[in-house]
Amino acid sequence: MDTRLASRSREVVVSIDRPFVIIGERINPTGRKVLAAEMKEGRMDRVRADAIAQVAAGAHMLDINAGIPMADEPALLVAAIRAVAEVTDAPICIDSSIIEALEAGLSAYEGKALVNSVTAEEERMERIFPLVKKHGAAVIGMANDETGITMVPEERLALARRIIERAADYGIPQEDVIIDPIAMTVAADPTAGQVTLATMRLIRELLGNNMTCGASNVSFGLPDRPTVNAAFLPVAMYAGLTCAITNPLIPEVRRGVLASDLLLGHDEYAMKWISAHRAEQKEISARAGSAQ
Amino acid sequence: MSREEEIRSELFEHTLNGHAPEVKALTEEALTLHMDPMDILFKALIPSLEEVGRRFEKGDFFVPEMLIAARAMQGALVILRPLIAETGAKPVGRYVIGTVKGDIHDIGKNLCVIMLEGAGFEVFDLGVNTAPEKFVEAVQKHEPDIVGFSAFLTTTMPMFKANIEALQKAGLREKVHVAVGGAPVTEEYAKHVGADSYAPDASMATRMAKQLVGDRSGQTQGAQALEQAVMKIDETLRKG
Repeated sequence: MDTRLASRSREVVVSIDRPFVIIGERINPTGRKVLAAEMKEGRMDRVRADAIAQVAAGAHMLDINAGIPMADEPALLVAAIRAVAEVTDAPICIDSSIIEALEAGLSAYEGKALVNSVTAEEERMERIFPLVKKHGAAVIGMANDETGITMVPEERLALARRIIERAADYGIPQEDVIIDPIAMTVAADPTAGQVTLATMRLIRELLGNNMTCGASNVSFGLPDRPTVNAAFLPVAMYAGLTCAITNPLIPEVRRGVLASDLLLGHDEYAMKWISAHRAEQKEISARAGSAQ
Repeated sequence: MSREEEIRSELFEHTLNGHAPEVKALTEEALTLHMDPMDILFKALIPSLEEVGRRFEKGDFFVPEMLIAARAMQGALVILRPLIAETGAKPVGRYVIGTVKGDIHDIGKNLCVIMLEGAGFEVFDLGVNTAPEKFVEAVQKHEPDIVGFSAFLTTTMPMFKANIEALQKAGLREKVHVAVGGAPVTEEYAKHVGADSYAPDASMATRMAKQLVGDRSGQTQGAQALEQAVMKIDETLRKG
């Protein structure tokens, strides 16, 4: 199943038969005080710089979130989307829990965006699916509802199925629903990783939809998060994860994804792996050169 | 060092490290030696959990360590409960807490519950996706010193204000201290919505809560005050 996302000039295809898609997570003011302060004032320089850096580091798409307390989120989201479009042609993921912000973002975007996100809550689906349909976008469906997050993989599967069915009622094709099987931290619940992976296998086998998740969640509350995140991605990719919202600026994550693509047969003759290696070498020697 | 002293220090260490079986065994041994349950609680278990909180705040301890330490302590409390349940003392303070309506994130909130209970509070955890009227109901029923709202999303943060307004409407606002927290929440935002305090993490929330009830009721309630809270921890435990 192929999910096609696009900017004005570039298309990205998410599929189990293709290389993994990294959705850069950095453009998000939550927990980033400086970025939040600047965005709130309408200064988007850091947003642009983050966009450029993430794409250079291997992001295929960019998540854009403008969730700042006491700010005009729809307006800020639109400004951030425009700023990103100025500096990169990577398609985007519009990230907000505010319907008006999603609407404003979708209206401002030229291309096929990914909406982040809807849940299996009827009230959310009723409001978000018409927007997704109207703008011909794709949407992330999170496998939870108003009762919370179930730790039973079969129940998450049922919620995913409900989202896909309700989306179809609004005329949204199955391939335009990317399921988030929900990754939670193993710091709070030792079974969290297994439950997520089991859910992924079920969804892959029984629904076939593309899947994404907030891959950095798994390590919340732990030391050395990059290593845990980097270990999660390969096992999740094997279980059926086809894209993830994560941080490509972390070398462990970037390399882990590239190596997994290679091992899963999505990098013929290791061309991507080799060229990534070469680029890193070049950068190292350039840095050594400029240091002299 | 007498065996009693050894037991205290071992209980402290094993609770700190989250060794539930050892904590249970030591608690049982302490009781066979006729050690006072209150002594076990105040000179070993609670100081240990306080140390856990300090280390967590400093960044030396991580979330799983906090969770297993609390679990180890709770294992001891199950044994101590019947022995200290008879007294009718009041808890250190009462705390109603919940994740706001529309929000189902609960890790931070759960850490608060653990820490508050460890500090001797009687905590009423309303869970996730808690509607304003539920908070009002709980404040009415339990008459807490503090009510805590947790929100993880910028979209659900406005529920702080809705909750505060609901308390106002019910005539309860002046009777309870409102504390707020959660990933996107800031001190500034807390003030903006009319909360009384903001804490960036569970340990800080607990310290502020202790300070608050200390300020309000003095330290005279002292030791006895915790007994009731201990019972409550167990009730929470039994509910799963």
